[in-house]
Amino acid sequence: MSTVMTTSSPVSDTLTPRRAFLLGARDTLPMILGAIPFGILFGALGISAGLSTMAVVGFSLFVFAGSSQFIGANLVGQGVAMPFILVTTFIVNLRHALYAASLGPYVKNLPQRWLIPLGFWLTDETYAVVIRYYQQDLPHAHWYHLGSSIAMYSNWNVCTWIGILAGTQFKGLASSGLDFAMVVTFLGIIVPLIVNRPMFVCALVAAITSLITAPMPNKIGLIIAAAAGIAAGVMLELQQAAPEKKKSA
Amino acid sequence: MLTLNEAILIFGMFVVTYLARYPLLVLVGRIQLPDSLSRALRYVPVAVLTAICAPVILMPKDTLDLRVQNAGLIAGLVAILIAWRTKNLLLTIGVGMAVFLLWRALFGG
Repeated sequence: MSTVMTTSSPVSDTLTPRRAFLLGARDTLPMILGAIPFGILFGALGISAGLSTMAVVGFSLFVFAGSSQFIGANLVGQGVAMPFILVTTFIVNLRHALYAASLGPYVKNLPQRWLIPLGFWLTDETYAVVIRYYQQDLPHAHWYHLGSSIAMYSNWNVCTWIGILAGTQFKGLASSGLDFAMVVTFLGIIVPLIVNRPMFVCALVAAITSLITAPMPNKIGLIIAAAAGIAAGVMLELQQAAPEKKKSA
Repeated sequence: MLTLNEAILIFGMFVVTYLARYPLLVLVGRIQLPDSLSRALRYVPVAVLTAICAPVILMPKDTLDLRVQNAGLIAGLVAILIAWRTKNLLLTIGVGMAVFLLWRALFGG
């Protein structure tokens, strides 16, 4: 029996840290299957954008954030200046702050040697998997979290390597239209999030602004459009909440 | 070979990405996040991802293209419909890509 953090729950007697780790990796499997084409595609696109092999490898090893890696490689290919690439990367990855804020209360007792790597490995996919486990208050949740993180990270880096090899072998891979996979994936993530009017207006304003600002240099239209969408959503939410407060008062 | 510029870019992207991930993981639960900040954060994923997708779908050649021959437009609409009705991510990706590649084969692009 495990000597670490035993509780009265019978589950904790059988669920060792090791088992929780493996369970976390196993529960992440559907997400891994979804990430495989992107990892491969990123490897191929990175090469065709003009990055060196080591740079493409480095993106996946040190940045480890799929959509921003795509956009970053794309901006490099278009010759966009570095400060703009970094600001865009930050904006695109800002959604991770939302996940971090949501996980914060569950990990507040963990030491830094856990928080530092778990923070680095935070992705859309791992968040979606581990938040359900944390909410059920199951034992060894941080081991489960680690299992999910390492499974995603290993897969992403292996797929990047495969993509680099494929991209150098088949020059047409990058222009094959597979890059549209990123768009349909994002649509599949966005649509279920639009659950009320403020969210819908947020998406609508972001879309229209992104079209108007598309010709602007350095892709700063993306940042302007995202800010406009957020502002529109927040304003509508506050406006909707105001009369209700009056009523209840 | 890795150039110096590439190394600086990767380091910079690592730093800004880590700044989006780590601080709130540590702070929330220890301090109370201002309401206005957590409210704004909730809109970030939808706003950012929509702003990435819309130009790719509607302006494939840098000008607005609302023709039925625009593969991205048709595949995007199909993907939205499937995501809305089923909430199934893998199905959305699979059918969306199939429609996109079929349309491109039919109308070029």
